[in-house]
Amino acid sequence: MALAKRIIPCLDVDQGRVVKGVNFVGIRDAGDPVEVAKRYDEQGADEITFLDITATHEARGTTVKMVEAIAEHVFIPLTVGGGIREIADIRRMLNAGADKVSINSAAVFNPDFVREASQKFGAQCIVVAIDAKRVAGSGELGDVDNKWEIFTHGGRKPTGIDAVEWAIKMADYGAGEILLTSMDRDGVKTGFDLGVTRAVSDAVNIPVIASGGVGNLEHLAEGVLLGHADAVLAASIFHFGEHTVQEAKQHMSDAGIEMRID
Amino acid sequence: MSKVISKTCAVIDYGMGNLHSAHGALQKVAPDSHILVTSDPAQILAADHVVLPGVGAIRDCMSEIQRQEIDQVVAEVAKTKPLLGICVGLQAMMTRSEENGGIDCMNMFSGQVRYFGDNLLGDALKDGTNERLKVPHMGWNQVEQIAHPLWQDIKDQSRFYFVHSYFVTADDQSQVKGIGHYGKPFAAAMGQDNVFAVQFHPEKSHKNGLQLLQNFLSWDGQA
Repeated sequence: MALAKRIIPCLDVDQGRVVKGVNFVGIRDAGDPVEVAKRYDEQGADEITFLDITATHEARGTTVKMVEAIAEHVFIPLTVGGGIREIADIRRMLNAGADKVSINSAAVFNPDFVREASQKFGAQCIVVAIDAKRVAGSGELGDVDNKWEIFTHGGRKPTGIDAVEWAIKMADYGAGEILLTSMDRDGVKTGFDLGVTRAVSDAVNIPVIASGGVGNLEHLAEGVLLGHADAVLAASIFHFGEHTVQEAKQHMSDAGIEMRID
Repeated sequence: MSKVISKTCAVIDYGMGNLHSAHGALQKVAPDSHILVTSDPAQILAADHVVLPGVGAIRDCMSEIQRQEIDQVVAEVAKTKPLLGICVGLQAMMTRSEENGGIDCMNMFSGQVRYFGDNLLGDALKDGTNERLKVPHMGWNQVEQIAHPLWQDIKDQSRFYFVHSYFVTADDQSQVKGIGHYGKPFAAAMGQDNVFAVQFHPEKSHKNGLQLLQNFLSWDGQA
C-alpha cells in the first residue's frame, strides 16, 4: 500500500483552444479543450496540466472560460501554467476551477512572488516550473561534473542560476511541487534528462514532476525508477493516439511502479 | 445505487480557497438538487446537507471560522443534519493542530493534527534503505474503509486524491472510518453520528470521489 506515482498529460492552449496538434481517434475537433480533457480523464489521467501560451494578457479571459468549462466535467486535479505573474492571475485561475497554478518566469524575476502566493493560497496549489539546460558534464547519470542552469523565455535566456539550488530555494519559499523541464530534451523524444531529474528530486522534500523528452512508455518508467520523479508529464505521446494514458499506467505498473489503476 | 435525497446542500464559504470544484462535483452527482456556496448562517441552517471544505493553513482557516462565527453554525448543523468535512475542514473539526505553532480547533472530534515530518520514511527498498517520502503527501493513495454508509458502492482500498502535510490522529479509534498510510497510519476519514469528514478531496477523486459525494447527499445521517 503506497502513494501512486502520477501521469500528467499536458496540453498547450492558446486563447482557450488546444493547439500544437492533438489528434485523437474519434474526436473531430481535437482543439476543444473540454473534449480533450474528458478523453484523458476517461483514460485514467491522474491530473491534467494546461500550459497557456496566449500572447496577450487581455486575451487570457478565454483561458479562464476554458478552465471553468473543464472543471464542470473533469473531477481530477487541474493545473494551469503560463502567464501567471501576479496574485490576481492566481486568484482568477483558482476561482475558475484550477486546483494549482504553475509559476515559471515570474518566480525567477521575483522569488518573493512564490512566497507570497504560497502564504496566500497554500503550498498545495503552487507549482514552480523550472526550465533547466545542462551547462557542464556529460549528462550521464552519476557524472559529478553535471551542472544545469535555469533558462527563461522558453529556454532562450540563461540566468546563471543553478537548477538544483534554485529548486531547493523554491521549496524553501513555499512551492508545493516542482515541474522540472529539460530544455535539452523538450520535443526530442529521447527520454527525460534523468540526471537533472534525479539531482533535483533527491535535493528537495517536495514532489517533482519530470517533463521534457518522452518518446515512449519506457521513458515514463525511467523517469520514476532512475530519475526518482514523483510524477511524469508528457504531451505528444498521448496526443496522437500513439498511446493511451491507460497503457502508460499499465506499462509503469508492470515495471514495478505503484500506479492508480481501477 | 444510492439515491440523492438532498434538496438543498450548502457548501460553507468562509473565504478559504476554491469552492468551485466542490460545488461542481456535488452538482454533477445531484443535478436536481440546489447546491449553494454560502456564508449565510440562515441558508446553511436551512439546507438539508452541509459541506465544510477548507484549504491552506489552519491558522487562517480557524481565524476566519471564528471571525464569521462559522464554528457556532457548524456546531448547530452537527446536532441536526448530515455534515461533511473535507481536507482542512476535517482538521478544523479536531481538538488542536500543531500547524502554525499550535492552533486550537473546533474539537468536534477528540484528537490532534500533526506534521508528517521532514524525514518521513516509507517501505524498505531492495538496497535495505527505506523509501524517502516527500511532504506534502500529494497524489492518489488507498484508503482502508471501516464500515459506514458513505463507503457504499466504493471498493475497499480504493484510491483518493490527497494533498496535505498535516495528518489527523484520533483519540477515539471508533470514530476512525478510514485509514490511510503514508510512512505511518493516519485517519483518512472520521465519523460520528451525522458527521463525516475526510482528509482527501472527493471532489477531485474521479469516480470514487463522486460516488462518496453522492452517498453523502443520499445519507440521512444515520450511521
